[in-house]
Amino acid sequence: MKLALRHGFVLAVCAFALFPIVFVVSAAINPRGTLASTELLPTGASLANFANLFGSDTYPFARWFFNSVFIALVSSFASLLLSMLAAYAFSRMRFAGRRAGLLALLLIQMFPQFLAIVTIFMIFTEVTELYPAFGFNTVWGLLLLYLGGALGVNTWLMKGFLDTVPKELDEAATVDGATHAQIFWRVIMPLVTPILAVTALLAFIGTMSEFLMANVFLRDPGSKTLAVGMYGMIAGDHRNANFGMFAAGTLLTAIPTVGVFLWLQKYIVSGLTAGAVKG
Amino acid sequence: MAVDVREAARAESTPPARPRREITTAFVVSRIAVLAVTAAILLYAVPPLAAAGSWAALTLLCAAAAAVAFLYLTRRFVPAKYLVPGTIFLLAFQVFPVVYTATTAFTNFGDGHRGTKAEAVTAIETGSVRQAPGSPEYALTPALRGDELVFLLVDPKTKQVSLGDPAGLTPLAGAELGLTGKVVSAPGLTVLKGPEAAARAQDISAFAVPTPGGLIKANGLSRAVEGRAALAYDASCDCVRGPDGTWTADEEQGYFVNARGEHLAQGWQVNVGLANFARALTDPTISGYFLGVLGWNVVFALASVLGTFALGMGVALALHHPRMRGTRFYRIALILPYAMPAFAMLLVWRDLFNRDFGLVNQLLGTHVDWLGEPGTARLGVILVNLWLGFPYMFLVTTGALQAIPRELTEAAAIDGATPWRAFRRVTLPLLLVALTPLLISSFAFNFNNFNAIALTTEGGPFPAASPQVGATDLLITYTFRLAFGAGGAQFGFAAAISVFIFAIVALISAVAFRRTRRQEEVYA
Repeated sequence: MKLALRHGFVLAVCAFALFPIVFVVSAAINPRGTLASTELLPTGASLANFANLFGSDTYPFARWFFNSVFIALVSSFASLLLSMLAAYAFSRMRFAGRRAGLLALLLIQMFPQFLAIVTIFMIFTEVTELYPAFGFNTVWGLLLLYLGGALGVNTWLMKGFLDTVPKELDEAATVDGATHAQIFWRVIMPLVTPILAVTALLAFIGTMSEFLMANVFLRDPGSKTLAVGMYGMIAGDHRNANFGMFAAGTLLTAIPTVGVFLWLQKYIVSGLTAGAVKG
Repeated sequence: MAVDVREAARAESTPPARPRREITTAFVVSRIAVLAVTAAILLYAVPPLAAAGSWAALTLLCAAAAAVAFLYLTRRFVPAKYLVPGTIFLLAFQVFPVVYTATTAFTNFGDGHRGTKAEAVTAIETGSVRQAPGSPEYALTPALRGDELVFLLVDPKTKQVSLGDPAGLTPLAGAELGLTGKVVSAPGLTVLKGPEAAARAQDISAFAVPTPGGLIKANGLSRAVEGRAALAYDASCDCVRGPDGTWTADEEQGYFVNARGEHLAQGWQVNVGLANFARALTDPTISGYFLGVLGWNVVFALASVLGTFALGMGVALALHHPRMRGTRFYRIALILPYAMPAFAMLLVWRDLFNRDFGLVNQLLGTHVDWLGEPGTARLGVILVNLWLGFPYMFLVTTGALQAIPRELTEAAAIDGATPWRAFRRVTLPLLLVALTPLLISSFAFNFNNFNAIALTTEGGPFPAASPQVGATDLLITYTFRLAFGAGGAQFGFAAAISVFIFAIVALISAVAFRRTRRQEEVYA
């Protein structure tokens, strides 16, 4: 009886979790592809919306897709490395300004980067003039901006995890004559895979969904990311008409995330909580 | 400043001298790599800066490069070696913009106050240029001298050809005129044909040739007229004189103001001290909004965190039972919302709440304008945020539950505790120790959750009386509208509100973290 109650509750929550997704699937395979004609269960099935998405001249979807995945992969990899290096220093070394540094990271992170969007815009106007390769409408400029937030929350999460890795391991390595760099790459890195996986996933999801900065940065249709491009797809008058294509795009956008998720799945749960335990 | 760990250890206990590390290949290669990267960055970044004459930036760049090269070439300052790479990005793209924003909060920067006073004077003077009475209308032929745009001007009466460049007007000999009176060719110059000129229309309309009494500017692509500035700046009285009177510079407001208190549209950026902060606090319409928005903002963030945590923990607890079947399937279904792209799903939810063809109304058989009424709109965005956020809480509680030994709850059961008491007294406190830091960062995130509002309600619904602030506006969406909204950009004021937001979030988080530290040592 108690077990049946548990199943009932979980099923109800599952229904809540799934019904918007079922709706999106239904809209994506509905051949008419407008918002007004979409219902929870599809009335027909075709891949026309997907075909339109890749055949469209106005919306270079494949290009956006590539841009998004590229930016998300590069930026999560780079921010992972940067925050891991910092977490190693904060967890293993004792130096003047350590506590202050940790607290400063926490506080700086609370100032959302895009509250400074006005000044960021002015800074990058200057950069665009001097170094067009890192200016507006470029992937590299946006990546630099994203790396500004690489330290911070990630560093805290990783430091928490590193604190749980026994110090005796690096002490033993030191006695054997290892340098700090050798300890970092050969001893620490293999042990922190779970938290690397979690941080990578969080960073990947965050970057894929990042809308505001990218919207300011990427104006040229070919340089847009999925978030910016697809928002434009249903902005204004196009909202009702393009809804089928939009839904199809949403499903395709989920694929890389689900892929990364499945790839890292076995580390996720242990990583999230082990990092969380020590803050 | 920074001390090597091992050196510090030696200072305390003086163990036997550290064996001298030999110079390995990795050591040499990594040093060469650092030097090469530094050199490459300098080679790439220096020429444009030098060309632009940004000596301050150049000095900073070289100093930073020298510091980085020094840091990685010595064996000391080990912690800094690990901290510097991320810190450079943090300083350049997070701290610097934030500091810059904070200083902007003390200025009137915004529409009408974008540049310096000199730029404002130029804009006022060139903006007031009118065709001088009786001046000739030249036939204009745009041309290129090398890459530089110049004007070839033909006087309609004398057929005299002149060359106009930013330095002024000079007579030109040897030009060949076509039937239309325009120049066909000129020695040493490339004449722009119709389509080529049209492609550079913007440059051409911005081009001006100074003359003793005014400016020659293009009027379309084939005519140019001489104009005079109706307004002129006079440095002796620090004022702008024109036919309609005199406007005196007001350094307090950053405007030229006349005797009747009217000002010219173009102003300049000045320091206004605490005026922006004072305005946010004292202006009755704005401070009224501000408190209202702040209140809803706190409610929204709290409801989001507590709601997602309660639901996520609920399902995690329900699944956390040895005889529970199908957990694999449930887990995948429950995590799916987290894997969907959040920006797209927010837009989808907006359509689910649509009054006419939204699924929510279809399923419930109602005809409610969900996002059109303040109460339902607020309920709606909290519900959307619940949907987006609970899978994360489910994930983390599942993990934390696995870390709690089952013996603890079993012992409580043997001692006669009801399941509810066992949960309240044993499981929940242990969960909270693990999850409080995440709950706090979740609160800070949701406090500034721009996307959740901007992509669903855009802050609305807006009351007819005050289209400035909507019922679901968070401080951050409100600030964003102030900064970029239709009512003209008010960057300085928006920056002041940003500073307030930062102070509030920092305060709440600091208090929360103090409480956490009582439970455990975060700085371990």
